[in-house]
Amino acid sequence: MLTKRIIPCLDIKDGRTVKGTNFINLRDAGDPVALAAIYAEQGADELVFLDITATVDERKTLIELVRNVAHTINIPFTVGGGISSVADVSALLNAGADKISINSSAVRNPALIDELALEFGSQCIVVAIDTRWIGVEQALTTTPHAPSPMPYAHIVHTHGGRKPTELRTIAWAKEVENRGAGEILLTSMDTDGTKAGFALELTAHISGAANIPVIASGGAGTMNHFVDVFTVGKADAGLAASIFHFKEIEIPDLKGYLREKGIEMRI
Amino acid sequence: MKTVIIKYNAGNVQSVMYALERLGASYLLTDDESEIRSADKVIFPGVGEASTAMAYLRERGLDKLIPSLKQPVLGTCVGMQLMCRYSEENDTTCMGIFDIDVRRFPNESGFKVPHTGWNNIHSLCGPLTDGLVENAYMYFVHSYAADVCPETIAVCDYVRPFSAMLHRDNFYAAQFHAEISGNEGQRILENFLKL
Repeated sequence: MLTKRIIPCLDIKDGRTVKGTNFINLRDAGDPVALAAIYAEQGADELVFLDITATVDERKTLIELVRNVAHTINIPFTVGGGISSVADVSALLNAGADKISINSSAVRNPALIDELALEFGSQCIVVAIDTRWIGVEQALTTTPHAPSPMPYAHIVHTHGGRKPTELRTIAWAKEVENRGAGEILLTSMDTDGTKAGFALELTAHISGAANIPVIASGGAGTMNHFVDVFTVGKADAGLAASIFHFKEIEIPDLKGYLREKGIEMRI
Repeated sequence: MKTVIIKYNAGNVQSVMYALERLGASYLLTDDESEIRSADKVIFPGVGEASTAMAYLRERGLDKLIPSLKQPVLGTCVGMQLMCRYSEENDTTCMGIFDIDVRRFPNESGFKVPHTGWNNIHSLCGPLTDGLVENAYMYFVHSYAADVCPETIAVCDYVRPFSAMLHRDNFYAAQFHAEISGNEGQRILENFLKL
Protein backbone atom coordinates (compact mmCIF):
# COMPACT_ATOMS: atom_id res chain seq x y z
CA MET A 1 0.00 0.00 0.00
CA LEU A 2 1.07 3.55 -0.67
CA THR A 3 2.42 4.93 2.60
CA LYS A 4 1.79 8.27 4.23
CA ARG A 5 4.98 10.35 4.22
CA ILE A 6 6.84 12.12 7.04
CA ILE A 7 8.78 15.15 5.81
CA PRO A 8 11.18 17.26 7.90
CA CYS A 9 11.59 20.80 6.61
CA LEU A 10 14.89 22.69 6.80
CA ASP A 11 14.91 26.47 6.53
CA ILE A 12 18.06 27.64 4.79
CA LYS A 13 19.72 31.04 5.00
CA ASP A 14 23.10 31.66 3.37
CA GLY A 15 23.52 27.92 2.92
CA ARG A 16 22.94 27.14 6.62
CA THR A 17 19.92 25.85 8.51
CA VAL A 18 18.21 28.43 10.68
CA LYS A 19 15.76 28.18 13.58
CA GLY A 20 18.36 26.03 15.27
CA THR A 21 18.56 22.34 15.85
CA ASN A 22 19.22 20.08 18.78
CA PHE A 23 21.25 17.25 17.38
CA ILE A 24 23.90 16.72 20.00
CA ASN A 25 25.89 14.36 17.81
CA LEU A 26 26.22 17.00 15.12
CA ARG A 27 29.47 18.88 15.34
CA ASP A 28 27.91 21.74 13.47
CA ALA A 29 24.19 21.98 14.00
CA GLY A 30 23.74 24.43 11.19
CA ASP A 31 25.07 22.18 8.45
CA PRO A 32 22.07 21.22 6.31
CA VAL A 33 23.88 18.37 4.59
CA ALA A 34 24.74 16.64 7.86
CA LEU A 35 21.22 17.20 9.13
CA ALA A 36 19.73 15.84 5.91
CA ALA A 37 21.87 12.71 6.18
CA ILE A 38 20.66 12.10 9.74
CA TYR A 39 17.02 12.50 8.77
CA ALA A 40 17.43 10.17 5.80
CA GLU A 41 19.10 7.59 8.05
CA GLN A 42 16.26 7.91 10.59
CA GLY A 43 13.67 7.07 7.96
CA ALA A 44 12.39 10.46 6.75
CA ASP A 45 10.47 9.80 3.54
CA GLU A 46 11.46 13.02 1.87
CA LEU A 47 13.04 16.36 2.76
CA VAL A 48 12.09 19.93 1.99
CA PHE A 49 14.63 22.77 1.92
CA LEU A 50 13.19 26.27 2.01
CA ASP A 51 15.67 28.97 1.09
CA ILE A 52 14.74 32.17 2.84
CA THR A 53 17.31 34.28 1.03
CA ALA A 54 17.33 35.17 -2.61
CA THR A 55 20.21 37.36 -3.77
CA VAL A 56 22.30 36.15 -6.69
CA ASP A 57 25.32 35.32 -4.54
CA GLU A 58 23.20 33.40 -2.07
CA ARG A 59 21.62 31.54 -4.99
CA LYS A 60 25.02 30.18 -5.94
CA THR A 61 25.47 29.00 -2.35
CA LEU A 62 22.08 27.30 -2.56
CA ILE A 63 22.96 25.50 -5.80
CA GLU A 64 26.16 24.24 -4.20
CA LEU A 65 24.17 23.07 -1.17
CA VAL A 66 21.68 21.23 -3.39
CA ARG A 67 24.55 19.49 -5.13
CA ASN A 68 26.03 18.37 -1.80
CA VAL A 69 22.68 17.15 -0.51
CA ALA A 70 22.04 15.20 -3.72
CA HIS A 71 25.47 13.58 -3.41
CA THR A 72 24.77 12.55 0.16
CA ILE A 73 21.19 11.34 0.52
CA ASN A 74 19.24 8.69 -1.37
CA ILE A 75 15.69 9.88 -0.75
CA PRO A 76 13.75 12.54 -2.69
CA PHE A 77 14.10 16.18 -1.75
CA THR A 78 12.33 19.40 -2.69
CA VAL A 79 13.82 22.88 -2.83
CA GLY A 80 11.73 26.04 -2.51
CA GLY A 81 12.10 29.76 -1.94
CA GLY A 82 12.49 32.59 -4.40
CA ILE A 83 11.97 30.45 -7.51
CA SER A 84 10.30 32.41 -10.30
CA SER A 85 11.49 31.16 -13.69
CA VAL A 86 12.28 28.18 -15.89
CA ALA A 87 15.97 29.05 -15.52
CA ASP A 88 15.76 28.93 -11.70
CA VAL A 89 14.12 25.51 -11.83
CA SER A 90 16.54 24.20 -14.42
CA ALA A 91 19.52 25.19 -12.27
CA LEU A 92 18.11 23.47 -9.18
CA LEU A 93 17.11 20.27 -10.99
CA ASN A 94 20.49 20.11 -12.70
CA ALA A 95 22.14 20.42 -9.30
CA GLY A 96 20.20 17.33 -8.21
CA ALA A 97 16.92 18.50 -6.62
CA ASP A 98 14.09 16.04 -7.29
CA LYS A 99 11.30 18.61 -7.01
CA ILE A 100 10.98 22.35 -6.66
CA SER A 101 8.37 24.33 -4.77
CA ILE A 102 6.92 27.66 -5.87
CA ASN A 103 4.64 29.96 -3.92
CA SER A 104 4.50 33.74 -4.38
CA SER A 105 5.69 33.54 -7.99
CA ALA A 106 2.78 31.21 -8.83
CA VAL A 107 0.29 33.60 -7.28
CA ARG A 108 1.81 36.51 -9.18
CA ASN A 109 1.93 34.59 -12.44
CA PRO A 110 -0.22 31.43 -12.42
CA ALA A 111 0.87 30.58 -15.99
CA LEU A 112 4.31 29.82 -14.52
CA ILE A 113 2.85 26.55 -13.20
CA ASP A 114 1.78 25.50 -16.72
CA GLU A 115 5.12 26.53 -18.12
CA LEU A 116 7.13 24.57 -15.55
CA ALA A 117 4.90 21.48 -15.77
CA LEU A 118 5.29 21.45 -19.54
CA GLU A 119 9.04 21.93 -19.39
CA PHE A 120 9.93 19.59 -16.52
CA GLY A 121 6.83 17.44 -15.88
CA SER A 122 4.24 17.73 -13.14
CA GLN A 123 6.08 15.20 -10.97
CA CYS A 124 8.67 17.80 -9.92
CA ILE A 125 6.40 20.83 -9.47
CA VAL A 126 5.13 21.42 -5.93
CA VAL A 127 2.95 24.47 -5.34
CA ALA A 128 3.14 25.75 -1.77
CA ILE A 129 0.02 27.45 -0.50
CA ASP A 130 0.13 29.57 2.67
CA THR A 131 -3.37 30.16 3.92
CA ARG A 132 -5.13 32.04 6.67
CA TRP A 133 -8.76 32.26 7.77
CA ILE A 134 -9.70 35.95 7.66
CA GLY A 135 -12.55 38.34 7.13
CA VAL A 136 -12.90 38.86 3.40
CA GLU A 137 -12.89 42.63 3.74
CA GLN A 138 -9.25 42.27 4.77
CA ALA A 139 -8.51 40.45 1.54
CA LEU A 140 -8.25 42.14 -1.81
CA THR A 141 -11.71 41.60 -3.24
CA THR A 142 -11.36 43.10 -6.65
CA THR A 143 -11.15 39.97 -8.77
CA PRO A 144 -13.48 37.20 -9.91
CA HIS A 145 -11.76 34.86 -7.51
CA ALA A 146 -13.65 36.36 -4.61
CA PRO A 147 -17.30 36.71 -5.58
CA SER A 148 -18.78 35.28 -2.41
CA PRO A 149 -20.41 37.50 0.21
CA MET A 150 -19.25 35.17 3.01
CA PRO A 151 -17.76 37.23 5.82
CA TYR A 152 -14.81 34.89 6.44
CA ALA A 153 -12.81 32.67 4.15
CA HIS A 154 -9.54 30.78 3.79
CA ILE A 155 -7.43 33.23 1.83
CA VAL A 156 -4.09 32.53 0.17
CA HIS A 157 -1.24 34.63 1.59
CA THR A 158 2.20 35.36 0.19
CA HIS A 159 5.45 36.75 1.60
CA GLY A 160 5.73 34.16 4.31
CA GLY A 161 2.07 34.48 5.19
CA ARG A 162 2.17 38.25 5.76
CA LYS A 163 0.37 39.46 2.67
CA PRO A 164 -3.22 38.50 1.86
CA THR A 165 -4.14 37.99 -1.79
CA GLU A 166 -7.50 37.85 -3.52
CA LEU A 167 -7.39 34.08 -3.88
CA ARG A 168 -9.70 31.65 -2.08
CA THR A 169 -7.58 28.76 -0.89
CA ILE A 170 -9.75 25.91 -2.13
CA ALA A 171 -10.32 27.48 -5.55
CA TRP A 172 -6.59 28.16 -5.84
CA ALA A 173 -5.76 24.55 -4.91
CA LYS A 174 -7.98 23.31 -7.73
CA GLU A 175 -6.48 25.84 -10.12
CA VAL A 176 -2.89 24.82 -9.41
CA GLU A 177 -3.84 21.18 -9.99
CA ASN A 178 -5.49 22.06 -13.32
CA ARG A 179 -2.43 24.01 -14.34
CA GLY A 180 -0.20 21.00 -13.80
CA ALA A 181 1.11 21.06 -10.22
CA GLY A 182 2.12 17.59 -9.05
CA GLU A 183 1.66 18.20 -5.33
CA ILE A 184 0.32 20.84 -2.95
CA LEU A 185 2.23 21.89 0.16
CA LEU A 186 -0.47 23.40 2.33
CA THR A 187 0.62 25.54 5.28
CA SER A 188 -1.98 26.92 7.63
CA MET A 189 -0.77 30.21 9.08
CA ASP A 190 -3.45 29.84 11.74
CA THR A 191 -1.88 26.70 13.18
CA ASP A 192 1.77 27.19 12.18
CA GLY A 193 3.98 27.48 15.24
CA THR A 194 1.15 26.72 17.70
CA LYS A 195 1.97 23.03 18.22
CA ALA A 196 -1.79 22.63 18.70
CA GLY A 197 -2.32 20.38 15.69
CA PHE A 198 -2.72 20.69 11.93
CA ALA A 199 -5.66 22.50 10.30
CA LEU A 200 -7.65 19.30 9.85
CA GLU A 201 -10.85 20.49 8.23
CA LEU A 202 -9.14 22.66 5.67
CA THR A 203 -6.62 19.93 4.85
CA ALA A 204 -9.42 17.37 4.39
CA HIS A 205 -11.29 19.81 2.21
CA ILE A 206 -8.31 20.47 -0.05
CA SER A 207 -7.31 16.81 -0.16
CA GLY A 208 -10.87 15.91 -1.17
CA ALA A 209 -11.05 18.63 -3.80
CA ALA A 210 -7.67 17.95 -5.40
CA ASN A 211 -6.65 14.72 -7.09
CA ILE A 212 -2.95 15.35 -6.40
CA PRO A 213 -1.16 14.64 -3.11
CA VAL A 214 -1.46 17.18 -0.30
CA ILE A 215 1.41 17.73 2.14
CA ALA A 216 0.04 19.23 5.35
CA SER A 217 2.17 21.71 7.26
CA GLY A 218 1.77 23.90 10.31
CA GLY A 219 0.85 22.99 13.87
CA ALA A 220 2.43 19.61 14.57
CA GLY A 221 3.17 19.26 18.28
CA THR A 222 2.45 15.65 19.20
CA MET A 223 2.47 12.26 17.52
CA ASN A 224 -1.32 12.21 17.70
CA HIS A 225 -1.44 15.34 15.56
CA PHE A 226 0.06 13.25 12.77
CA VAL A 227 -2.51 10.50 13.35
CA ASP A 228 -5.22 13.16 13.01
CA VAL A 229 -3.81 14.77 9.88
CA PHE A 230 -3.67 11.42 8.08
CA THR A 231 -7.05 10.08 9.26
CA VAL A 232 -9.28 13.15 9.71
CA GLY A 233 -7.24 15.51 7.52
CA LYS A 234 -6.78 12.96 4.70
CA ALA A 235 -3.29 14.33 4.06
CA ASP A 236 -0.83 12.32 1.98
CA ALA A 237 2.18 13.63 3.87
CA GLY A 238 2.89 15.55 7.07
CA LEU A 239 5.61 18.18 7.24
CA ALA A 240 7.21 19.69 10.33
CA ALA A 241 10.38 21.51 11.31
CA SER A 242 11.18 22.42 14.91
CA ILE A 243 9.69 19.34 16.60
CA PHE A 244 12.15 17.25 14.59
CA HIS A 245 15.07 19.67 14.88
CA PHE A 246 14.68 19.88 18.66
CA LYS A 247 14.05 16.14 18.97
CA GLU A 248 10.69 16.68 20.62
CA ILE A 249 9.56 13.90 18.34
CA GLU A 250 12.00 11.45 16.78
CA ILE A 251 11.13 10.11 13.36
CA PRO A 252 11.58 6.38 14.17
CA ASP A 253 9.29 6.74 17.22
CA LEU A 254 6.72 8.69 15.22
CA LYS A 255 6.64 6.20 12.36
CA GLY A 256 6.39 3.27 14.79
CA TYR A 257 3.53 4.96 16.59
CA LEU A 258 1.66 5.74 13.37
CA ARG A 259 2.05 2.19 12.16
CA GLU A 260 0.63 0.93 15.49
CA LYS A 261 -2.35 3.17 14.84
CA GLY A 262 -2.93 1.39 11.54
CA ILE A 263 -1.41 4.04 9.28
CA GLU A 264 0.74 2.68 6.45
CA MET A 265 4.37 3.71 7.04
CA ARG A 266 7.70 2.85 5.46
CA ILE A 267 9.83 1.54 8.33
CA MET B 1 33.73 -1.36 -15.99
CA LYS B 2 32.04 1.07 -18.32
CA THR B 3 28.51 2.18 -17.48
CA VAL B 4 26.64 4.36 -19.92
CA ILE B 5 23.54 6.43 -19.23
CA ILE B 6 21.68 6.99 -22.47
CA LYS B 7 21.31 10.71 -23.09
CA TYR B 8 18.06 11.94 -24.58
CA ASN B 9 15.53 14.61 -23.76
CA ALA B 10 14.32 12.67 -20.75
CA GLY B 11 14.28 15.37 -18.13
CA ASN B 12 16.30 15.15 -15.00
CA VAL B 13 18.86 12.32 -14.97
CA GLN B 14 20.95 14.02 -12.28
CA SER B 15 19.73 11.81 -9.45
CA VAL B 16 20.73 8.67 -11.38
CA MET B 17 24.21 10.11 -11.87
CA TYR B 18 24.54 10.98 -8.19
CA ALA B 19 23.35 7.50 -7.19
CA LEU B 20 26.08 5.92 -9.32
CA GLU B 21 28.63 8.27 -7.76
CA ARG B 22 27.50 7.21 -4.27
CA LEU B 23 28.17 3.62 -5.36
CA GLY B 24 31.62 4.61 -6.58
CA ALA B 25 30.72 3.72 -10.17
CA SER B 26 32.02 5.82 -13.04
CA TYR B 27 29.64 6.52 -15.89
CA LEU B 28 29.29 8.29 -19.18
CA LEU B 29 26.21 10.22 -20.26
CA THR B 30 26.02 9.86 -24.04
CA ASP B 31 23.84 9.25 -27.09
CA ASP B 32 26.77 8.01 -29.19
CA GLU B 33 26.06 4.60 -30.72
CA SER B 34 29.57 3.15 -30.46
CA GLU B 35 29.95 4.32 -26.85
CA ILE B 36 26.62 2.71 -25.97
CA ARG B 37 27.43 -0.53 -27.82
CA SER B 38 30.80 -0.89 -26.12
CA ALA B 39 29.48 -0.28 -22.59
CA ASP B 40 29.37 -3.07 -20.00
CA LYS B 41 26.12 -1.76 -18.54
CA VAL B 42 23.53 0.57 -20.01
CA ILE B 43 21.05 2.64 -18.02
CA PHE B 44 18.05 4.02 -19.87
CA PRO B 45 16.41 6.62 -17.60
CA GLY B 46 13.29 8.59 -18.29
CA VAL B 47 11.03 11.25 -16.92
CA GLY B 48 8.48 12.99 -19.06
CA GLU B 49 5.97 12.17 -21.73
CA ALA B 50 6.05 8.97 -23.80
CA SER B 51 5.28 10.19 -27.35
CA THR B 52 7.80 13.05 -27.22
CA ALA B 53 10.47 10.74 -25.83
CA MET B 54 9.78 8.05 -28.48
CA ALA B 55 9.88 10.64 -31.28
CA TYR B 56 13.26 11.80 -30.01
CA LEU B 57 14.59 8.22 -29.84
CA ARG B 58 13.38 7.54 -33.41
CA GLU B 59 15.03 10.67 -34.79
CA ARG B 60 18.36 9.43 -33.49
CA GLY B 61 17.88 5.75 -34.28
CA LEU B 62 18.04 4.90 -30.56
CA ASP B 63 14.71 3.04 -30.89
CA LYS B 64 16.53 0.45 -33.06
CA LEU B 65 19.78 0.52 -31.12
CA ILE B 66 18.38 -0.13 -27.63
CA PRO B 67 16.49 -3.38 -28.46
CA SER B 68 19.60 -4.71 -30.25
CA LEU B 69 21.89 -4.32 -27.21
CA LYS B 70 23.41 -7.48 -25.74
CA GLN B 71 24.81 -6.22 -22.42
CA PRO B 72 22.60 -5.70 -19.32
CA VAL B 73 20.23 -2.75 -19.85
CA LEU B 74 18.20 -1.14 -17.05
CA GLY B 75 15.27 1.10 -17.97
CA THR B 76 13.70 3.24 -15.25
CA CYS B 77 10.33 4.98 -14.97
CA VAL B 78 9.34 6.28 -18.42
CA GLY B 79 12.42 4.42 -19.74
CA MET B 80 10.70 1.21 -18.62
CA GLN B 81 7.45 2.24 -20.27
CA LEU B 82 9.22 2.96 -23.58
CA MET B 83 10.64 -0.59 -23.47
CA CYS B 84 7.10 -1.98 -23.47
CA ARG B 85 4.92 -2.62 -26.54
CA TYR B 86 2.61 0.36 -26.41
CA SER B 87 1.71 3.25 -24.08
CA GLU B 88 -1.74 4.77 -23.71
CA GLU B 89 0.02 8.09 -23.09
CA ASN B 90 -0.76 9.91 -26.33
CA ASP B 91 -1.30 6.59 -28.12
CA THR B 92 2.41 5.78 -28.44
CA THR B 93 3.95 2.73 -30.09
CA CYS B 94 7.02 1.88 -28.01
CA MET B 95 10.07 -0.36 -28.51
CA GLY B 96 8.37 -3.66 -27.71
CA ILE B 97 11.21 -5.25 -25.75
CA PHE B 98 8.66 -6.34 -23.15
CA ASP B 99 5.49 -7.93 -24.45
CA ILE B 100 3.06 -5.79 -22.47
CA ASP B 101 1.14 -2.52 -22.76
CA VAL B 102 1.26 0.53 -20.51
CA ARG B 103 -2.06 1.93 -19.34
CA ARG B 104 -3.16 4.94 -17.34
CA PHE B 105 -4.36 4.37 -13.78
CA PRO B 106 -8.17 4.51 -13.88
CA ASN B 107 -9.89 7.23 -11.87
CA GLU B 108 -10.96 5.67 -8.64
CA SER B 109 -11.99 7.37 -5.44
CA GLY B 110 -9.24 7.27 -2.82
CA PHE B 111 -6.48 6.83 -5.41
CA LYS B 112 -4.78 10.02 -6.51
CA VAL B 113 -2.97 10.11 -9.84
CA PRO B 114 0.00 10.33 -10.27
CA HIS B 115 0.79 7.49 -7.89
CA THR B 116 3.24 9.47 -5.74
CA GLY B 117 5.30 8.25 -2.83
CA TRP B 118 6.58 5.07 -1.21
CA ASN B 119 4.86 1.79 -1.99
CA ASN B 120 5.84 -1.81 -1.33
CA ILE B 121 6.93 -4.26 -4.02
CA HIS B 122 6.28 -7.98 -3.72
CA SER B 123 6.46 -11.30 -5.61
CA LEU B 124 10.15 -10.57 -6.14
CA CYS B 125 12.31 -12.84 -8.26
CA GLY B 126 15.63 -12.76 -10.07
CA PRO B 127 19.08 -11.31 -9.38
CA LEU B 128 18.12 -7.62 -9.34
CA THR B 129 16.15 -8.01 -6.11
CA ASP B 130 18.79 -10.15 -4.35
CA GLY B 131 19.03 -9.18 -0.70
CA LEU B 132 15.70 -7.34 -0.68
CA VAL B 133 12.88 -8.49 1.55
CA GLU B 134 9.38 -8.95 0.18
CA ASN B 135 7.38 -5.72 0.51
CA ALA B 136 10.42 -3.45 0.43
CA TYR B 137 9.37 0.15 -0.13
CA MET B 138 10.31 2.06 -3.28
CA TYR B 139 9.63 5.65 -4.38
CA PHE B 140 7.15 5.96 -7.26
CA VAL B 141 5.90 8.94 -9.32
CA HIS B 142 3.87 7.93 -12.37
CA SER B 143 0.41 8.03 -13.93
CA TYR B 144 0.88 5.09 -16.32
CA ALA B 145 1.91 1.52 -15.56
CA ALA B 146 2.53 -1.82 -17.27
CA ASP B 147 0.19 -4.66 -16.37
CA VAL B 148 1.46 -7.77 -14.64
CA CYS B 149 2.72 -10.32 -17.18
CA PRO B 150 5.06 -13.34 -17.39
CA GLU B 151 8.03 -10.95 -17.58
CA THR B 152 7.11 -9.28 -14.25
CA ILE B 153 9.78 -9.75 -11.55
CA ALA B 154 8.23 -7.44 -8.93
CA VAL B 155 4.62 -6.40 -8.40
CA CYS B 156 3.20 -3.25 -6.82
CA ASP B 157 -0.47 -2.62 -6.00
CA TYR B 158 -2.14 0.72 -6.68
CA VAL B 159 -5.75 0.69 -7.88
CA ARG B 160 -4.71 -2.61 -9.52
CA PRO B 161 -1.59 -4.79 -9.40
CA PHE B 162 1.01 -3.58 -11.91
CA SER B 163 4.59 -4.42 -12.92
CA ALA B 164 7.05 -2.69 -10.60
CA MET B 165 9.90 -4.46 -12.43
CA LEU B 166 10.28 -6.41 -15.66
CA HIS B 167 12.99 -8.73 -16.97
CA ARG B 168 13.60 -10.42 -20.31
CA ASP B 169 17.01 -11.76 -21.38
CA ASN B 170 19.51 -8.92 -20.82
CA PHE B 171 16.78 -6.28 -20.35
CA TYR B 172 15.66 -5.12 -16.93
CA ALA B 173 13.31 -2.33 -15.96
CA ALA B 174 11.93 -0.63 -12.87
CA GLN B 175 8.91 1.66 -12.70
CA PHE B 176 10.07 3.25 -9.43
CA HIS B 177 13.06 5.55 -8.91
CA ALA B 178 15.65 3.19 -7.44
CA GLU B 179 18.12 6.09 -7.32
CA ILE B 180 16.10 7.89 -4.63
CA SER B 181 14.52 4.84 -2.96
CA GLY B 182 16.80 4.71 0.07
CA ASN B 183 19.12 1.82 0.82
CA GLU B 184 16.76 -0.71 -0.78
CA GLY B 185 16.75 1.17 -4.08
CA GLN B 186 20.51 1.47 -3.90
CA ARG B 187 20.70 -2.31 -3.53
CA ILE B 188 18.90 -2.75 -6.85
CA LEU B 189 21.39 -0.49 -8.62
CA GLU B 190 24.27 -2.35 -6.97
CA ASN B 191 22.81 -5.68 -8.09
CA PHE B 192 22.48 -4.35 -11.63
CA LEU B 193 26.09 -3.18 -11.70
CA LYS B 194 27.15 -6.66 -10.51
CA LEU B 195 25.29 -8.56 -13.27
